[in-house]
Amino acid sequence: MTDAESHQLPVAGPHHAAGAEQHPATGGQHHVEGQQHPIGIYLKIWGLLFVLSTASYLVDYFHFQGYLRWFLIIVFMLLKAGLIVAVFMHMIWERLALMYAIVIPPLLLMVLLGIGALEADYTFLTRTVFFVKGLL
Amino acid sequence: MTQANPTNTLEPSPLPEGLQGIVADWSSDQRAFKKVPWGKAMMWIFLVSDTFIFSAFLISYMTVRMSTTEPWPNPSEVFALTLWGKKIPLILIAIMTFVLISSSGTMAMAVNFGYRKDRIKTFVLLLFTAAMGATFVGMQAFEWTKLIVEEGIRPWGNPLGAAQFGSAFFMITGFHGTHVSIGVIFLIIVAIKVFRGDLDREKPGFMTGRKGNYEIVEVLGLYWHFVDLVWVFIFALFYLW
Repeated sequence: MTDAESHQLPVAGPHHAAGAEQHPATGGQHHVEGQQHPIGIYLKIWGLLFVLSTASYLVDYFHFQGYLRWFLIIVFMLLKAGLIVAVFMHMIWERLALMYAIVIPPLLLMVLLGIGALEADYTFLTRTVFFVKGLL
Repeated sequence: MTQANPTNTLEPSPLPEGLQGIVADWSSDQRAFKKVPWGKAMMWIFLVSDTFIFSAFLISYMTVRMSTTEPWPNPSEVFALTLWGKKIPLILIAIMTFVLISSSGTMAMAVNFGYRKDRIKTFVLLLFTAAMGATFVGMQAFEWTKLIVEEGIRPWGNPLGAAQFGSAFFMITGFHGTHVSIGVIFLIIVAIKVFRGDLDREKPGFMTGRKGNYEIVEVLGLYWHFVDLVWVFIFALFYLW
């Protein structure tokens, strides 16, 4: 990517591409849009998902509690989710325009999560206060 | 300004990468999502909307669980099974998790063999995936029956503690189970298409005039992996919390 190209990217069109670089024949590659990867990578990810699932089950089996439990559960969950989206759903091989369009909007849910947690804490507080008062 | 032929208008090559690639893709004519079949882009957009639905369920579950003053039933014990005279915590859910992950593995391989035009292997792998999906739904039906009949858990209350346990449980796992069931039906339909060779002969589908091709296997795969993905979150947040 040259400097000259980056300045006129929004109008990146065939005439522009033809000017900056040699125009390759697109006839052959045009219709190959499918994802082709060696089978081995799926088997490896499959194995990893098994290991991670076993690990998160063992968190419960061995009765880990408190912050350690939360940390392990969340880490294993995010690792599994990441592997599924990245490899099984082929996200790491997609163009960034698609990746960002799909991955960024769900991150906004963190705001809803935060609001929900704040509200729940407040509700719990008022319930505790009023239920105790009712008993007196 | 020269008139370009349609092939070059769709895909000027090589495409820029990185942030410049994002700007170029989004500001280009006709299609923002390059190098993906449109069906795949649309499935991704559907999955984003589905993500929001499941997130709404899971976040409201978090809210009611955090705000209740009643004790929350311990999922580890509620979902325990007695096997060979020994009570094993959460074992049914663990098995369901492994079944669903395995079905995701066979699905990924079915997509791969589909693009290699290996009709029989794709068909067999799709059938395995559907069988494991059906197994999952079967185990879920068993779980629901046990909870409703033996434990007396209802959406509006239960003898173990907080009433919200039942509401959240039936809502979330019910919605997920529905997704799995729909997935199994689609898997069987696509498996039949693959077996008959509809995709090799580019036969148009039942509801569309477009030519059949192996991209539909990948689009179906996206849906199926998403179902597995949602289960990862349910397993962690509902069963392990």
